Amino acid sequence: MTTSPYAVEMRGITKRFPGVLANDRVDFQVRKGEIHALLGENGAGKSTLMNILSGLYRPDEGEIAIHGQVVEFHSPRDAIRHGVGMVHQHFMLTPSQSVAENVFLGAREIGFVLNPQRMAAEVRRIAEQYRLPVDPNAKIWQLSVGEQQRVEIIKILYRGAEILILDEPTAVLTPQEAENLFVTLRSMAADNKTIIFISHKLEEVLSIADRITVLRSGRVAATLPAQGVTKTELANLMVGRQVLFQLEKPPVQRGEVRLRLDKVCALDDKQLPALCEVSLTVHSGEIVGVAGVAGNGQRELAEAICGLRPLTAGAIEVAGERMTRPTARRMIDAGVAYVPEDRNATGSAPNLSVAENLILKSYRRAEMGAGPFLDLSAMERIAASLVKSFNILTPSIKTPVRKLSGGNLQKVLLAREISSQPKVLIAASPTRGLDIGATESVRSLLLQERSQGAAILLISEDLDEIFAISDRIVVLYEGRIMGEFETADADLTEVGLLMAGGRTPSESFATQDKG
Amino acid sequence: MTSQTTTLTQQRRIGLRIERRLEQPLWLRVLTPFILIAAALLIGALLLSLVGANPWVVYNKMASIAFGSAHGWSDTTIKATPLILAGLGVSIAFRMRLWNIGAEGQLFIGAWVATGFALFWLPRDTPQAIMLLVMAIGGFVGGALWAFVPGVLKAKLNINEIITSLMLTYVAILWNNYWIYGPWSDRGFGLTPQFPRNAWLPRFTDYSGDFPFLRGITAHAGIFLALAVAILLWFVWKRTKWGYEVKVIGDNPRAGQYAGMYLARKIMAVMLLSGGLAGLAGMAEVSGVVHRLQERFSPGYGFTAIIVAWLAKLNPLAIVLVAYLFGGLLVGSDAIQPAGIAKMLQGVVLFVVVGGELLLQYRIKVGRSASS
Repeated sequence: MTTSPYAVEMRGITKRFPGVLANDRVDFQVRKGEIHALLGENGAGKSTLMNILSGLYRPDEGEIAIHGQVVEFHSPRDAIRHGVGMVHQHFMLTPSQSVAENVFLGAREIGFVLNPQRMAAEVRRIAEQYRLPVDPNAKIWQLSVGEQQRVEIIKILYRGAEILILDEPTAVLTPQEAENLFVTLRSMAADNKTIIFISHKLEEVLSIADRITVLRSGRVAATLPAQGVTKTELANLMVGRQVLFQLEKPPVQRGEVRLRLDKVCALDDKQLPALCEVSLTVHSGEIVGVAGVAGNGQRELAEAICGLRPLTAGAIEVAGERMTRPTARRMIDAGVAYVPEDRNATGSAPNLSVAENLILKSYRRAEMGAGPFLDLSAMERIAASLVKSFNILTPSIKTPVRKLSGGNLQKVLLAREISSQPKVLIAASPTRGLDIGATESVRSLLLQERSQGAAILLISEDLDEIFAISDRIVVLYEGRIMGEFETADADLTEVGLLMAGGRTPSESFATQDKG
Repeated sequence: MTSQTTTLTQQRRIGLRIERRLEQPLWLRVLTPFILIAAALLIGALLLSLVGANPWVVYNKMASIAFGSAHGWSDTTIKATPLILAGLGVSIAFRMRLWNIGAEGQLFIGAWVATGFALFWLPRDTPQAIMLLVMAIGGFVGGALWAFVPGVLKAKLNINEIITSLMLTYVAILWNNYWIYGPWSDRGFGLTPQFPRNAWLPRFTDYSGDFPFLRGITAHAGIFLALAVAILLWFVWKRTKWGYEVKVIGDNPRAGQYAGMYLARKIMAVMLLSGGLAGLAGMAEVSGVVHRLQERFSPGYGFTAIIVAWLAKLNPLAIVLVAYLFGGLLVGSDAIQPAGIAKMLQGVVLFVVVGGELLLQYRIKVGRSASS
């Protein structure tokens, strides 16, 4: 049956969405038993291509062959029947059910009456074979993100996947968890499984992949072996121009304390403690990076500082003014700007225009109209000048922001927050989901603000980003500050360990007590 | 296996595909209400012909009665007045995605308070201007407070306002019944005594002494009030910070909170205004048309107002137009038998509006899909 050396051949795949050519005559081949990375910026068409391969979308043109046999998938079920399974970025698990139950969810052969022992044994067998340690009887909600990912992998392996597609699998993992995942992937490849790995992170692609296909604007820019390729070459292929990796970080004199958190405690949405006695300071002209795996109190920290989440204990000081019951308006008036992590859900009103979104924080001021009135011409004037100076690409200032790309929407948010000349700027995952070009410009904007003397708290899961632009790093784990470092002295491994809750040499705690 | 896939491909070549429109072109947005009304009339025509009537004759008759003469326009205006006021009322809440569907109850309470002032709480010889002003303010406040109950429950405890506002409607109607059959009853009938003349809103016909052509034109001053409120609201949405806040919160409450807006306060304020306008509609109805409080003085204006606001896409000026259309429908259907036709057409219109709106967000593509 397998005369073809290729597990997957996609020939001339074209997929159009209204107004967008997502894939343009893409040829993509994956050899049996290899780890093949699919690299590209956001919007390059990686996910579209893989959604076609996994049966979620149908191509407008082109054909797919699996092990040399031409197939047509009408649903993910068709795809899995041919051994193609995908682990999505957002997991599709039911939290209140056990690991085994999730693995068998939707599987037809188990019949009407469940046999828990047999199910658990089957899960255990797969888990041991591929080194995916997980307890079959644990409920999904009890698991860490890394463990949940393993469940997803076990799920598609159980369904007989020979070709596994992983959509940005490391985005949610700590460095250590990512390393474990790589071990698993290598052992699966050794077992003749074929793995397609979607990513936009150059380092990990180089460390895990056998071959790499780079997509740019819906087309294949190159397919090449990972051996002997450099990071710079890949980046240039991805972006289509020269990329600077090192941002210039000019020395800035650290000024007075602008933001001080004094043993701040807060609850999460489920009313469980999310922040425990968090103390930190940010000075003028300084970027403090908060490192941590998602869900360890980052959102609560940002919201507490911005007055969106009540403090259950402690106090926040902004430019010397002490507040125990901050509100959003008080914090805005005190000069705290906030670029939230979810640009769509919190940071913008999607159906309102660019102009209306740009004045979201400033509309109360007198220059936006006297008393109760809104001065439309002032709004348009300010919006037009911000669009120009921040280089926001939009058809007009009247375009609803939901039509902007992620990068441009982020520029709208940054333009709005920075134009208020904040004393303190909270930036939560400001480059998440942005491509290399947009990431560069967002980071240089933050550095520019730092030079202007703003105090910036950068909350990010991207350790590279934190190391690239912060002056100091604090590590947040389960709502506590686990350690604090000057970036120059910080060690990636140690920070990674702390992010996973590992214990540390006591001196890092000593630094924290002093601060 | 290979041959099987080819046959599948051939079958799929003749296919319809439905895809979401990424944006609605301007012409479509402007034409939408007209398309929908035309579609509703078409469906109505089908139903009419099923019961053996000639739809063309029926529609013609209805249109000429509602809009064919000065008296027709007057009657239509009378029906349109409460629809405009209550329609504007619910549109305020809808703009912020607050589903106040209890305008009918707020209208009843507004009418009740106005009646109280007209008959009992003010001296009978109060000058007309003061009497009407107090009744209007009272009606507004009554409706506002009635809507404030769901508002405050929503703002403080996040209780679903759809249910509370609707349920309070039945409370309002029963409250009304208690007073008109009990303490305020005129000889035990389900109505109050007639208002004194100084509690009547001026009507066009009241000036027929000076201007004989106004004789029989019973439309009242409430329409001017309704138009003024429509223009005021249009200005509020366009040119005030308050209107901007409602727009932001309506689109994304989290963004509103993030921008330092006070959500709870805004919810309460919007519900107050929303109910207030419905209450004003009730006051205008008893003071301008019925001149007493009685059972079922409103043929469901508060509910029809929801359709009106929705069909007008919450645009205050469009609400006036649509309210006239529905007013015409009510007047026209008085002349035809059975009278249920108007109700049926309203139902069809609502159905088509809600369903059709969704359909227009998609477009149908015919033909070639895979491997061509």
